[in-house]
Amino acid sequence: MVPLHTSTETDASTYSDPAPSQGVQHGTPPPGASLSGAVQPVAVPPGSVGLVSPRFIAFDEPLQLSSGQVLPCYELAVETYGTLNAERNNAVLICHALNASHHVAGMSADNPKDIGWWDNMVGPGKAVDTDRFFVIGVNNIGSCFGSTGPASINPDTGKPWGAAFPMLTVKDWVLAQVRLADHFGIEKFAAVMGGSLGGMQALGWAITCPERIAHCIVIASTPRLSAQNIGFNEVARRAIISDPDFHGGDYYAHGTVPRKGLSVARMIGHITYLSDDDMAAKFGRTQRSPAQNGEYHYGYDVEFEVESYLRYQGEKFSTYFDANTYLLITRALDYFDPSRTHGGDLAKALAVASAEFLLVSFSTDWRFPPARSREIVEALLKNRTPVTYAEIDAPHGHDAFLQGDPRYHAVVQGYYDRIAAQLGLPGRQAVNGVLA
Amino acid sequence: MSETRTLAARDALRRADEASSQAATRAIRPDLARIASWIDSGSRVLDLGCGDGTLLAYLRDQKQVEGAGVEFDDARVISAVRRGVRVIQQNLEEGLALFDDQQFDSVVLSQTLQAMHHTEHILREMARVARYGIVSFPNFGYWPHGFSILRGRMPVTGEMPYQWYDTPNIHLCTLKDFEALAAKLKLRITHLATFNGGKEVKFLAGWRSTLAVYRFESPMAAK
Repeated sequence: MVPLHTSTETDASTYSDPAPSQGVQHGTPPPGASLSGAVQPVAVPPGSVGLVSPRFIAFDEPLQLSSGQVLPCYELAVETYGTLNAERNNAVLICHALNASHHVAGMSADNPKDIGWWDNMVGPGKAVDTDRFFVIGVNNIGSCFGSTGPASINPDTGKPWGAAFPMLTVKDWVLAQVRLADHFGIEKFAAVMGGSLGGMQALGWAITCPERIAHCIVIASTPRLSAQNIGFNEVARRAIISDPDFHGGDYYAHGTVPRKGLSVARMIGHITYLSDDDMAAKFGRTQRSPAQNGEYHYGYDVEFEVESYLRYQGEKFSTYFDANTYLLITRALDYFDPSRTHGGDLAKALAVASAEFLLVSFSTDWRFPPARSREIVEALLKNRTPVTYAEIDAPHGHDAFLQGDPRYHAVVQGYYDRIAAQLGLPGRQAVNGVLA
Repeated sequence: MSETRTLAARDALRRADEASSQAATRAIRPDLARIASWIDSGSRVLDLGCGDGTLLAYLRDQKQVEGAGVEFDDARVISAVRRGVRVIQQNLEEGLALFDDQQFDSVVLSQTLQAMHHTEHILREMARVARYGIVSFPNFGYWPHGFSILRGRMPVTGEMPYQWYDTPNIHLCTLKDFEALAAKLKLRITHLATFNGGKEVKFLAGWRSTLAVYRFESPMAAK
């Protein structure tokens, strides 16, 4: 298949010297590593895709966005694992949530301690088995891990986009990813899969280009944000926007970073990812470093462990994440509501979908609780769309979708094994990861 | 609490693995085969308490049935997914709100009715979502049960292998009891099959059968 849009690919070395140019290696250090001396040979654990490096794919055709604005050109950071077969029917697209990236699995070649965010799910013999599936991890436009975003240079001005970067929606991300599929010559994904905001993109694929996705896998997600969800996002955004270092979003020009605001935003977000039980088990009311005889300090410095943890998470996050990206992605979350153009009827919005669906939710997820997933299930059932739904009684709140609950992984593994059987892909060679 | 959940997760997985390894070699039970015979090829079927998906996989493979299952148990959900059966994980006691009126041709509730708290409610819900309902349950009228009670003890038999204090069966009934409830709910009984130890029983079934399987037509469909 000829790509419908012009795209050019460059390797990682252009961007992060001295990373190697190969996309994926299985179990061997990158060639050139020993020459540069920067990377020592690394032991690859069973089930890991090994050392990985991003590729950067440039698209020079303007992208029409939901807001009416146009992104003149863009670049996507991508990692791939496994091999695209001759029929090109074994491709899986993994969509990321708020703060993740294209680095889904394996170990970064330039920092092997940097493990992919869904490494427990994706790899040879894991639930999403890269022995049989060709898996693409993509960083979305607007993000800050290598794809075009607010910190990128605006070709019109030669300066960072900053506040001028266009607002984005889930649909815009899907349309940008469609060109990526074209680039790889993939007419139809075996599956598009994501958790949380990633699940919204999977839903977006099923609605926007139903003919290009065989299975839609939506984990810990929702058909729309609740007032409470939007409320939390708004608090996070206000924390960033009211930081004096924000400068209306053009802080790059001022040489500042709204670190305090971003840090608070992350703290708020983090609370919503965990369950009450989980926080109680992890921290309880344990004091950080009590005064003599276990006394309180009677002040506003860190008193409890939970405060210390949240501050640490917030500060760490603010050193690597872009504040404009945080604003942009939380807004895209707020805007997501496929039923909006169908009089609020989700079933009507999903009527075009021809994919088969797997949905998974977690009992203690109060950010996107099971009831939200059930709305999607109900709409799909109404449309007579094939759907499987698992509701996992896991303790980790929204974060459970990134954790290793064996029931959750068994459901995903079982589902992918059926996809493989449908496509006539070979059988599973190994069981690695959570279920090993 | 977390530890309990982790143990539950591991246990579910072990049971799913066992079920999956047995599934390949097992033939379909006679009562399920009878249920399958009452279901039209190519029709839409909802199986409540679908277990590891045995019946739905059979109906899919033999009768091109478009099926959906409801199951609450983690291990059974995993087994059903492995079979490629479309399963919705949900507690049946919460009702069938996910399903539309008359969305299915047939709805099956196999050997579960007696364990449900809201017996009337689930039967009404079945009549709402499908034209035909199929229900199976252990027959409390099986004569050794009466004999056991005459001897002063609660019956413990093949279809009901539980002691009174740890049984999930809270709403046991006889064939006549069920027929009375069906009449009250305006469910028109179309078929009855009775079994004992996997063999069909036709003579004096009310006393001699351990398992009853009814098919009824919904009053919504009859209108």
